[in-house]
Amino acid sequence: MVEKCIKGRVWKFSDNVDTDQIIPAKYLVTGDRRELAKHAFENVRPEFADDVREGDIIVGGKNFGSGSSREHAPRALLGAGITCVIAPSFARIFYRNSINIGLPLVECDVDAEDGNVLAVDFEDGKIVNADTGDVYTFPPLPDFLMKLLDVGLIENTKRKLKGTNG
Amino acid sequence: MTIAEKILAIHAGKSSVSPKEIVDARIDYVMVNDVTGLPAFEVFEEFKASSIIENTVLIQDHYVPNKDVASAEQAKSMREFAGKYKIGNHFDVGRGGVCHQIMIEHGFAAPGRLIVGADSHTCSYGALGALSTGIGSSEAASAMATGELWFKVPETQKFVVDGKLGKYVMGKDIILHIIGDIGVSGSLYKSMEFYGSTIESLQLSDRITISNMAIEAGAKCGIIPPDDAVFNYLKKRVIGEYTPVYADEDSEYDDTFEYNASEIETMVAKPHLPENVVPASEIDVEIDQAYLGSCTNGRIEDMRAAAEILKGRKVHPDVRMIVVPASKSVFEQALRERLIEVFMDADAYVAGPTCGACLGGYMGVLAEGERCISSTNRNFIGRMGHKDSEVYLANPAVVAASAVTGRITDPNDLESS
Repeated sequence: MVEKCIKGRVWKFSDNVDTDQIIPAKYLVTGDRRELAKHAFENVRPEFADDVREGDIIVGGKNFGSGSSREHAPRALLGAGITCVIAPSFARIFYRNSINIGLPLVECDVDAEDGNVLAVDFEDGKIVNADTGDVYTFPPLPDFLMKLLDVGLIENTKRKLKGTNG
Repeated sequence: MTIAEKILAIHAGKSSVSPKEIVDARIDYVMVNDVTGLPAFEVFEEFKASSIIENTVLIQDHYVPNKDVASAEQAKSMREFAGKYKIGNHFDVGRGGVCHQIMIEHGFAAPGRLIVGADSHTCSYGALGALSTGIGSSEAASAMATGELWFKVPETQKFVVDGKLGKYVMGKDIILHIIGDIGVSGSLYKSMEFYGSTIESLQLSDRITISNMAIEAGAKCGIIPPDDAVFNYLKKRVIGEYTPVYADEDSEYDDTFEYNASEIETMVAKPHLPENVVPASEIDVEIDQAYLGSCTNGRIEDMRAAAEILKGRKVHPDVRMIVVPASKSVFEQALRERLIEVFMDADAYVAGPTCGACLGGYMGVLAEGERCISSTNRNFIGRMGHKDSEVYLANPAVVAASAVTGRITDPNDLESS
């Protein structure tokens, strides 16, 4: 179950953060999220893996998660304790992967800096930057995706198989 | 409906679909490679599914022959999974090659099919008129268990290229030119569909390069209406029956882009985005490595284009040239045509099929500050090695010409020198 409201510290990134930046391909020899998290953003933000805290939020620019299909990218972010990624737009495979494994994404253009604290309300579609006082709104996920995010692809598939079988 | 809309409608069992609608669609094939396979197999076991769909394809290509112990374990997990579920379509070392080339060569990809693969360049099969797209490992597992997957129906952009291409200008240059124009998120979530006299005159390998790089513009798929070039290629090759799908006369496009082929030159995408495109003739930088291979440009036609330039010439003493045919059969054909001999005479290093160097895995990793001219698809930060190394994307002829001079070179300039 994904929490309806979260509050966390911001890691700010620019446009076109690709999945090679999130997790370099040489580490694609495991699917373990904690192991992958040790190398998250290693090339572009070497301090990330050590300094990231449970509950932190990523604020990216447009086309976040572009490039490869590696599910290892959102897995690494979940493993690092990231609870939400906010960006004006996402690459489609990263988007699907994140929703499927329970990492909430918010399509919204938010002005925030490293270390700002954001409060995100997924149901009301509202983001408040506690440091600047700025408020942003975003359309909540379509019902289908909200349910998928909530239930998770694995459980969703199990239910589907049960339905098919009986 | 556009081609993408129609293929999704057919596979969702609906008479029509509209952009942004979410549908559950039956998939024709699901593919995973050795890197995306392991997480998929772990998820598949969690389902406790009673069966796996017959149309599952497993291809070892990224880190085989095994680059280290961890990748050896990963490759082993694919062998074990194939054995446990009796999956016949398992391509191991020495029998296959780069996954997308195998999907095409072995007749899995065909017009009108809906194919998903846990690799972003799965969009390559759009060149044969399929709707094929990259997905993650968990949903590949889900597709293996259920034979279905959810899709958001994409909006479609129409790209029309007319006219005659200049010498040494290839499919790679067309797609780089388009990405340079619309940007790396210019087709985000969308279906790119390609039309025009130039596209129709292209050999299949060049069309595959175009569809392959649709993802570099953020697209879901990149489809070319299938014609005789595709039907002839598939004879004696395709598995099962297929039905070509074409767009309706009254299809609605989100946007239409028109290009004149005569204005497209041999292009180079500079670091660190495929949209940083300039004509090869306008860039002058020294290179340390030249790489010919990958799902983008590792086919026999690409080998021929490079060999034509390298014949009777030598790779510059300060450059390492690496040639990796994309599959066993490409390698065999290159041997028969004595292209491998041309490469070796030129002092290029020739290796068996693997994705290794393209994603900085092994077999050609770059050191700090090194530059590579590459026939691959991505020039992201650290893509082929050290974070301060650089990748320049180009067609196979530009790669070969640059290998000879030691600087990025338009092959047309090589001739006159």
